[in-house]
Amino acid sequence: MTDPDKLQQLINAASRGKRPHFFEDHDVDRLLAIVWAMAAELAVTRERLDTVERLLAEREVFDRGAIETYRPDASAAKERGQWQIDYISRLLRVLQQDIDAMK
Amino acid sequence: MKPATQLEPAPAWSEAGQHAMSAQASHDDTARFNFLANFNKYMANVVVAGNHIAFEHRAGPRWEQSHGRWPADRREIRAAMSEDPYYRMWSALRRTGMEMRQQAGRSLVLPQAGALRDRAAALNSGRDTLQLQPTPVPRYQSEVDNHCMPGGYFAEYFDGDVSAAANYDAGMFATTTGLFGQFLDGAGRGTANWVQAVRPDWQPKRILDVGCGLGHNTLPLAKAFPDAQIYALDTAAPMLRFGHARAVGFGIHNIIFQQSNVETLPFADGFFDLIYSTMFLHETSHSALRNVLREVRRALADDGLHLHLEQPPYHNMPIFEQFLRDWDCQHNNEPFWSALHDTHLPSLLAELGFSQDEIFETEIHALVEEVMPKVGQEVEDYGRGGKWYACGSGRINDRWSP
Repeated sequence: MTDPDKLQQLINAASRGKRPHFFEDHDVDRLLAIVWAMAAELAVTRERLDTVERLLAEREVFDRGAIETYRPDASAAKERGQWQIDYISRLLRVLQQDIDAMK
Repeated sequence: MKPATQLEPAPAWSEAGQHAMSAQASHDDTARFNFLANFNKYMANVVVAGNHIAFEHRAGPRWEQSHGRWPADRREIRAAMSEDPYYRMWSALRRTGMEMRQQAGRSLVLPQAGALRDRAAALNSGRDTLQLQPTPVPRYQSEVDNHCMPGGYFAEYFDGDVSAAANYDAGMFATTTGLFGQFLDGAGRGTANWVQAVRPDWQPKRILDVGCGLGHNTLPLAKAFPDAQIYALDTAAPMLRFGHARAVGFGIHNIIFQQSNVETLPFADGFFDLIYSTMFLHETSHSALRNVLREVRRALADDGLHLHLEQPPYHNMPIFEQFLRDWDCQHNNEPFWSALHDTHLPSLLAELGFSQDEIFETEIHALVEEVMPKVGQEVEDYGRGGKWYACGSGRINDRWSP
């Protein structure tokens, strides 16, 4: 459990059972998984940046350690969640277009 | 379908209840869960609706053209929809979201697995209320990992490991967007509330939670009936170790966490006054389901009560909704999901000898904290909402409305 390579392998392990494919070209499934993981990590970065900005505004000083213990208040949490919703909406624009076109 | 701007965001993961066994999350761990929760919310509120439109306007008509009739059951809808690009994209996103939730939980929990093991061991030390004994993993649990959880409920990477439970505990708040409550105990609280409503002033002495997992839905019964002895049974040692430590951390001591396969209950006939399960039956098998219910009947006292919470059964459900709800069986490693939801549980209970005139079906809603979203205010994300069908038997009054 202390070997970093082994740990990373365990973190990324697949579950037992056949992984379903939804597209004729299975590479599309793979590509989607990668794109969506990138989307998640961008959201993670955005949230971190948001924290930095809020802390800077609050304290007018940069304190790296404080990022780990930052806990958004109810209104900040709501704003951040709303950003996630808008962000997801932006990424899934093609699906919105599909829905509009099918109507 | 709501415009995205009118969606209430999912509760932030930092609002999840902290307890003695909570994994310590970094800022990035928390943000991953925040993304996943809002992704799930967006999928449920916006994206899923496109499936129905795609079926009505595209996949259905195409099927009709080649078959001369409209799809007649959920299997035919699935066959028609599996060709549809919208359904494919929704499915692929939903699947990858489930996998990402596991990865996020594992990257939170595994690096601190040793510390979690030590914390659990310290809390569990010297107590006889955690009873572990080698128990073979049933085949219906070892063949696939339920809901894409690598290693299932059983994975132990070293002696005393609790990481499988810690991961389950950490991720569920995001998966269910807070609908199960800050401590994931909404179903247990709903069940305790139901028992008190249908049998006011009743004080069951011995209560059994069948397939308790980490005991998140056991604690509310232990709190509601503090003088009762609660038994929480599961086959998975990591869940029991973690669950027992978590309960001790809450100062709850009237639960015995016991490792056991509930197909053979190690208790005398008529031992329990109340037996219940929450979202457990769908993770068994044809034969196990019957064995479990047979054992429930044997171990239940003459005037006892039992109740099992599940997602709603398929009978009398529109076939398109059946099709959507069945997605988890094919694509989220829930192999017994379809068969369980096709089973008419009241008939099965009657067949197994439960008294016909005491068999009932009802509905239980999650009871959650004031600050958490409520079932009635939320769009159903098929298979993940805080609202359950329940079936059981025993003498009850008729004063229950969910």
